[in-house]
Amino acid sequence: MNEMNEARKPPVATTGIIGWLRINLFFNWTNSLITLFVIYCLYQFIPWILDWTIFSADFKYNYLGEQITNQEMCSRNLDPENGGACWAVIYVRFYQFIYGFYPKVEVWRVNVAYVMLTLALLPLLYANLPYRKYFLYFTYIFPVIAYFLLNGGLGFTEVSTNKWGGLLVTLVLGCTGIALAFPIGIMLALGRRSKLPVISMMCTLFIEFIRGVPLITLLFFGMVMLPLFLPEGIDMDGLVRVLVAVTLFQSAYMAEVIRGGLQAIPPGQYEAAKSLGMSYWRMNLLIILPQAIRISIPPIVNTSIGLFKDTTLVIIVGILDLLGIGRGTLADTNWLGLSYEIYFFVSLVFFIFTFGMSRYSLYLEKKLKTGINMGAD
Amino acid sequence: MRSNLGFFSDEKFRSIFFQTLVVGLFALGLFFIISTTSYNLEKRNIATGWSFLQNPAGFDISFSPFLEFKSTDTHLKVYFVGVLNTLLVSITGCIAATILGFILGIVRLSSNWLLSRLVYIYVEFSRNVPLLLQIILWYSILIQLPRVKQSLQVLDVFYISNRGLYSPRPIFESGFSYVLIAIVLALISSFLINRWAKKRQDKTGQQFPVLSSSIGLIFIVPLILFFILGSPLSFEHPELKGFNFKGGLVIRPEFIAMFLALSIYTAAFISEIVRAGIMSVSKGQREASAAIGLKQTWIMRLIIIPQALRVIVPPLTSQYLNLTKNSSLGIAVGYADLVHGFGGISLNQTGQAIECMAIVMATYLSISLTISFFMNIYNRSIQFKEK
Repeated sequence: MNEMNEARKPPVATTGIIGWLRINLFFNWTNSLITLFVIYCLYQFIPWILDWTIFSADFKYNYLGEQITNQEMCSRNLDPENGGACWAVIYVRFYQFIYGFYPKVEVWRVNVAYVMLTLALLPLLYANLPYRKYFLYFTYIFPVIAYFLLNGGLGFTEVSTNKWGGLLVTLVLGCTGIALAFPIGIMLALGRRSKLPVISMMCTLFIEFIRGVPLITLLFFGMVMLPLFLPEGIDMDGLVRVLVAVTLFQSAYMAEVIRGGLQAIPPGQYEAAKSLGMSYWRMNLLIILPQAIRISIPPIVNTSIGLFKDTTLVIIVGILDLLGIGRGTLADTNWLGLSYEIYFFVSLVFFIFTFGMSRYSLYLEKKLKTGINMGAD
Repeated sequence: MRSNLGFFSDEKFRSIFFQTLVVGLFALGLFFIISTTSYNLEKRNIATGWSFLQNPAGFDISFSPFLEFKSTDTHLKVYFVGVLNTLLVSITGCIAATILGFILGIVRLSSNWLLSRLVYIYVEFSRNVPLLLQIILWYSILIQLPRVKQSLQVLDVFYISNRGLYSPRPIFESGFSYVLIAIVLALISSFLINRWAKKRQDKTGQQFPVLSSSIGLIFIVPLILFFILGSPLSFEHPELKGFNFKGGLVIRPEFIAMFLALSIYTAAFISEIVRAGIMSVSKGQREASAAIGLKQTWIMRLIIIPQALRVIVPPLTSQYLNLTKNSSLGIAVGYADLVHGFGGISLNQTGQAIECMAIVMATYLSISLTISFFMNIYNRSIQFKEK
């Protein structure tokens, strides 16, 4: 007992960098072989892709130092041995990618709208924003301002929506679709859970119908059938027709997500609100919905990501969003054959938006789990 | 304190009142839409009714692997070709996405950091780029393949070019049906053997070599029959004639692009579902099965996967539904599915938008409902049964 055992050394390197490598990359023979194989593949692939996208690529000038104005001047078309991607097409067509065919003199209005959109989103994204209340007021009136700013009226010259395009259309469709679908979704979710059989049945039928058909059929519906439903003289703008379809689509998905949140509210909350003598609307607006929406924010963000990606479908009915401008550029003989560059750029823009949104939704989920007040009131 | 509107506080009255109001408004709206629509249709000289389905279509469909289609065929046939093409790309896509998704989901949980990071990067890129863009990208890659004359040759029988993949077409001669019957019988009997073996193992603990006996039944028995009957199967090889291949089986780039994009996109979602499902099985289960000496592969197959499936199947169902609905994007690359063939070209030719869209929507609804129905049955069969 008295005899002191010599302290055993810790097992060989399970800590530090070498330990980490050992556990995660070279745990056993097969693992090591896999690691080496993956490293070999990456070694083959990464230099090539970096060379293509950056080191041999043209950004504005080709390797002769000339400014590129069409695809024939791209380094890789002048000399196939020399040169990678030709990003000059993005540089030359950047205006169209971001604003479509919006008149150049009026483009400041779009820029102002972009900045205002960021300001309007701030209070929704950050619960701890100072003066959040005032920012929220701005968020509520932002759609009205944006409408007049972009479309014209109130002293602004009118810019017809067929001149809009690129990122502008993508953002207009995404933001308007989400913003309009939110209240409609809430109404549908409440309706589906309503005790009145007729209302609940109608809401259920609507939701299940929309969720059962592809968005493209709804877009066709908006484009081809909606004009037939309207009396003569009322001519609906193409963008508005698409927006109707997108909003209907998104509201059904939003409704299901919010219904999930409503189902998670314990019945005691309803009973307590009723015993205080609250009416149906007061109970829902003040007690139930604030809690239900708070739980369903992460899935709401997830369906919104889905919608944001799905806005690309409008190119099928002839609206030029970001992808539409990309395809239009490819059809131009000046830029023929630059499909990888253009699709890469469009993917990157979408990726930045959707990846950002998905990170945000993960962050919210973590916050919800730790039970910190998110201030979704 | 009762107001004059006392009856309005009566819940029963109020419920009937509101429901009648809603039904009334709905009927009014419907009446308005129907009357304006019929007026508009009349004014634009658009025919109504279903007789257009019997009219000749007047256009060709490039990809119709199951039905022979000529431009003199009716719009009804366009519809059937479209449904078959939609089902073809949806079913093959679902199978490929499931296999790829399960593999990636398991690899994502691999202890190899590099491998799991790689899958993570794939998942994030594939999920966050619009599917339509991916379809168009795959298509643009495929049509930049070498032209027919310079087509790539694989194994001397497959030709890959910008017109698609040409492979030998199997020609079934008389007698091949016996082989097919033998395969079906073998499948049924190996299924029955599997059930019997499971029951016997539950009762007595004795194992039966299910796998090897099934392989024997399914592959070897039909193969012997095949040779006894004198190999009633030959292949028609594609031959280069003029500017194109003649004969053989051709898989068009539109289909390949749709198939690749749909399965790769959906596999990313499925892999996340599989990962979440496997992670939902508590660590104790794995430790307990290791403690009783099960092999690593058995732990996965017998302990982890069956429990994970309970979590996996419901979201998997909605991925299948999504894939089927997303197959409608074939219109962007000219894949003649339901939306492109019938909802697109037929609609434009006949102008009967309401009828065409109603048929297309009803078809998608029935496909969706069928998938949910079968997946619900499957889901019920794997849920935890309390004894």
